Amino acid sequence: MTATTDVTPVRAMRAAVRPSGIGARIATTVVGAAATVLTASFVIFAALSLAPGDPVSLLLGPHATDEARTAKRAELGLDDPLLVRYWHWLTDALQGRFGTSFTYREGVTTLIGPRLETTLLLVAMAAVLIVVVGIGLGVLGGVSDRWSAVVSAATGLGIAVPTFVAASVLISVFAVQLGWFPTFGAGDGLLDSVWHLVLPALALSVGYGAYVTQLTAAAVREEAGKEHVVTSRGRGIPHRLILRRHVLRNAALPVMTASGLALAGLVAGALVVEEAFGIDGIGALLVKSVSGKDYPVVTAVSLIIVVVFVVVTTVIDVAQVLLDPRQRRAA
Amino acid sequence: MAAVTVDVATAAQVRRRADPLLVVSATCCLLLIAVALVGGWLAPYQPDEIDVLAASQGPGPHHWLGTDSLGRDVLSRALAGAALSFAGPLLIVLGSVVLGTVLGVVAAWYGGWLDQMLNRLLNVMFAVPGILVAVIASAVFGAGFWAPVIALTLVYIPYAARIIRSAAVRERQQAYVEGLQLAGVSSLSINTKHVLRNVWPLIVAQATIGLGTALADFAAVSFIGLGVQPPAAEWGVMVAEGRAEILDGAPQQSLVAGLCIVVTVVSFNVLGERLAARFGAAR
Amino acid sequence: MNSPPLLDIRRLHLELTGSRPVRTLVEDVTLSVSPGESVGLVGESGSGKTLTVKAAMRLLPSTITATGAIDFDGRSVLEMSRRGLARYRSTDVAMIHQDPRAHTNPLRTVGDFLVEGVVATKQMKRDEAIERACALLGEMGIDDAPRRMHQYPHQLSGGLLQRVMIAMSLLHEPRLVLADEPTTALDVTVQSEVMAILVEQVRGRGLGMLFITHDLDLAAAITDTLVVMYAGTVVERGPAPVLYRNPRHPYTAALLASRPSTTQVKRLVSVPGRPAAAHEVGIGCVFAARCPFATDLCRDERPAERDIGGRTVACHRAEEIGSELERDVVA
Repeated sequence: MTATTDVTPVRAMRAAVRPSGIGARIATTVVGAAATVLTASFVIFAALSLAPGDPVSLLLGPHATDEARTAKRAELGLDDPLLVRYWHWLTDALQGRFGTSFTYREGVTTLIGPRLETTLLLVAMAAVLIVVVGIGLGVLGGVSDRWSAVVSAATGLGIAVPTFVAASVLISVFAVQLGWFPTFGAGDGLLDSVWHLVLPALALSVGYGAYVTQLTAAAVREEAGKEHVVTSRGRGIPHRLILRRHVLRNAALPVMTASGLALAGLVAGALVVEEAFGIDGIGALLVKSVSGKDYPVVTAVSLIIVVVFVVVTTVIDVAQVLLDPRQRRAA
Repeated sequence: MAAVTVDVATAAQVRRRADPLLVVSATCCLLLIAVALVGGWLAPYQPDEIDVLAASQGPGPHHWLGTDSLGRDVLSRALAGAALSFAGPLLIVLGSVVLGTVLGVVAAWYGGWLDQMLNRLLNVMFAVPGILVAVIASAVFGAGFWAPVIALTLVYIPYAARIIRSAAVRERQQAYVEGLQLAGVSSLSINTKHVLRNVWPLIVAQATIGLGTALADFAAVSFIGLGVQPPAAEWGVMVAEGRAEILDGAPQQSLVAGLCIVVTVVSFNVLGERLAARFGAAR
Repeated sequence: MNSPPLLDIRRLHLELTGSRPVRTLVEDVTLSVSPGESVGLVGESGSGKTLTVKAAMRLLPSTITATGAIDFDGRSVLEMSRRGLARYRSTDVAMIHQDPRAHTNPLRTVGDFLVEGVVATKQMKRDEAIERACALLGEMGIDDAPRRMHQYPHQLSGGLLQRVMIAMSLLHEPRLVLADEPTTALDVTVQSEVMAILVEQVRGRGLGMLFITHDLDLAAAITDTLVVMYAGTVVERGPAPVLYRNPRHPYTAALLASRPSTTQVKRLVSVPGRPAAAHEVGIGCVFAARCPFATDLCRDERPAERDIGGRTVACHRAEEIGSELERDVVA
């Protein structure tokens, strides 16, 4: 098996008909992701259409006339078939119009805007914790035999503590007993908000962080045991260089995947934290809207959560393809 | 750290070696299940027995784990609430494992476009985070016990299906399967009698871990008010009800319920992992 | 040999650290490699040959304890300081591993792999190392070396990759090469090519070589001295032509007799039982259980190595049975 001649006539033909290579792979992934989002959003829309509650009564109140009701029904297109309604909703959504809230009588977008900011700040803080502390501890646990057991036990515990339990403990100890942090709310202004969100971010990062730590430690340990690492040691290459260039560099790929998965789910996880700490983010808005049967809001926030999840996971998938040389065609 | 392999233990020796973690976690799990079954009878007080005079007390001789803001005995609530805390998760695990196994085995057996279709379906299911499914389910079905059960069963199916599908694919590639096919044994028979028999230990291990996770997730839905409702003594509800009490410096209801959840999840996680390790070594 | 040996292994003993009862892996192994000498270490799997060589590089995991003496050029390898060990591995000795794919980092280029050793240990600047590596690849019969240097291991065939491995081992101009079954993992058609290149380079540079293999024919063809191992001990060692034509140990004879003949159609001779590992044999001769000439003495007492007929053999009955050992001469 020596150097092959690159393109035989048959191969050229096949390549012309079915393009392979990185560009096409990425395009396929992105298209697949879009299809997933569309399908998921349709399923959610369809499910919610089955939910109890009459939008017209909610919007117009109990004393509306019959003509007003009929007019409103026509305006909202409530008698159209499901697919048509979905199509209208989708096209509006893509242009940033999410309709009007039944409860607040305001545009859904205005309701979501500031709350999304709060949630994103919370998520960003948790993300930093997860990446810095989670991966850091994972590397420590994977590299050092001494720390491995401690890290392992800690992650086992961290994974077992649900977000809302962590929140309760943190509030009890750090907010009530020690008084270091506020017990609820998201504060005003950037610095105040950050201070308010420290405990929530911590609560949010415990579970996801433990998962990242566990996977990082496993990946590092696995790479450290690979035979090419033995080869490098046998060549007299200094340990620190081997760790950096071979163990950590190789573990970076699976670690990136694990971190991406954790980060993708953070917006959804923030829901519970917002409820626990009384934070007015989109998660809390979602819960309130479900109780209040405010389905335009529910649909919109659900879409945001799904889109964030799919976008983050797709970015990770694409990065995998780009960064792993084995994904390139063999010469 | 080197990759030199020295064949120092045969599979049989691994099997015979005692696993203390397995024993301890199994004991804990059995104890927890026992509490779930008879907790209500063991409780010294009724879980909804209000005694305003004894409200928000810390641990003491009359109330070993203290009381909540309505004077209800925390220990009794935790014991009585165990049954409700476990009931939903049990259904969830059963449902998701059964359905996931069917999907996984069928996809592994027939392969081709059926497998691909399942893959696409699973991708869509994975794309919607579990808590969101639970929230939407409670919108459709109303808050209560069944919305989170249905939702979480749906959420867990893809995980079970993926894992079982991989194991079934590996099993399907074994030589004996082809031998059975050539001998004219029916597909159903091959899968139920042979493939499943080799795959089921893995299923049991995954289901064990799943039970703990389901309990935590179910409690989370109840915590945000979209699952089991107060005054039921489900552990997630207890943590939620205890929120106001925490602010008053009386965290016992939330912390006791939270501890119950953590202990349960840890026990089942460890048991599941040890089972998976043992079954893996026995192959 | 007048010059002191390059590699001198004396009474090497390997056991599982802290095992009770003691689990021996390699027992009382003595062999040496002189400058310019090629020594073939022959044995089946479980004979301990790879462990012996790994011990010579101090690449054994901490789960294995080594006692005895391993000297390189008079310096004790087992007692070397970390710096001494690094120097030994990076300048004096080189190891070629069995499966090149497992021993190269799939995420780094071939060029990176080649020059990493000498550059990281500060023997050469990167540019010089790259030039030399290209030249070496050329000597290996790889014409488009510069292009290959930019490729990744998965883009090269097994034979090509093993040539790269050989080049890697020669880049820092070692004095001793340890080759662990370098062609076993390759296609049969490619094996002889790679073997030829290896032998040409080693002989051409006057290097010492310890060549591990399970193929007695191959070893006899390319080495000056043969060392035959079974169940963790050396059963016979001496000049290759002497052992090959006139084995004195029943195991060596059995190895020779069990090869299929290319000229005659006859029943394949095999040794009853299966190869034993060191910890599975009892107190007597390691081969006693499968030896057709075994006596009670053989089963009770482990034979010491004795010089007989121009080689060293560990057998109580070496003198008596010498003539009875049948050997099929294969054309």
